[in-house]
Amino acid sequence: MEHEKDHIIPYRTFLYVLAGLIVLTLISVTVTKIHLGTLTVFIALLIAAVKSTFVLRIFMHLKFENRMFTIMVIAVILLIGVVIFITLLDYLYR
Amino acid sequence: MSLKMEEHRDDLASKTGMWLFLFTEMLLFGGLFVVYSVYRYINADAFHLAAQELSVPVGTINTIILLISSATIAMSVTAIRKNNKKLSLLLLGFTILLGLVFLGNKYFEWGHHIKENIYPGSPVLASRGQGDVLFYGLYYFMTGLHALHIIIGLVFIGFIARLIIKDRIVSDNYVLLENSGLYWHLVDLIWIFLFPLFYLIT
Repeated sequence: MEHEKDHIIPYRTFLYVLAGLIVLTLISVTVTKIHLGTLTVFIALLIAAVKSTFVLRIFMHLKFENRMFTIMVIAVILLIGVVIFITLLDYLYR
Repeated sequence: MSLKMEEHRDDLASKTGMWLFLFTEMLLFGGLFVVYSVYRYINADAFHLAAQELSVPVGTINTIILLISSATIAMSVTAIRKNNKKLSLLLLGFTILLGLVFLGNKYFEWGHHIKENIYPGSPVLASRGQGDVLFYGLYYFMTGLHALHIIIGLVFIGFIARLIIKDRIVSDNYVLLENSGLYWHLVDLIWIFLFPLFYLIT
């Protein structure tokens, strides 16, 4: 615990992550301009998932926090994913 | 002074409480994403066409604005931990400014649609069919709820800035600043999904 408390994230880490996030945003805008059909949605969501991983781990500090937080966040995301999956199954095969 | 040193504090519990609250927020928007998925599946073509009317450049700029504001509030925590009160406040001020610019863009964006008679309950929108009504209903509700979160976040950050000015948040007691940052990042996180789902699905 004491060790974690001493860890101050340097400014440049945030700037690197920010640059990465902006590049990913521009990539997702460019990719969706190319018409790839259903693949477009998949790629856009994949990039959004990568971006949120960065935000959660670095900006929201999960990487340096007690593991309990990461596990809970994954559980909530899985819960939402499962609900969307089951609901769509119902609509697809009703 | 010595009394102050003995003040009871549990930063981990404070942060845990904030996260638990954020989970309820994630489930709130998660529910809306379920609705979005189903309606989009049923009205794929209408959603596809209606989404083309949203301005991708404005959406992209707003995404970048929120990302920068997330970075500045995160850096504000680093500044306060390094005992740099002035820089911390400056970064918070910058975060608030970016949040206001985001809201300004949203105002013009909504204004543009409303001027074209596209708003919930509008007869022009109703005449365009069920799919468009659902798309714009979700668009106004989800971006509106998100904008409401931005407003609450701005008030929250303003309150935190006041505590920094009054030296209530200092280099060894900054969990409140971290919690306001967590809230702001969550608002950013939600926008990361709203942006492709409404602007980029053409």
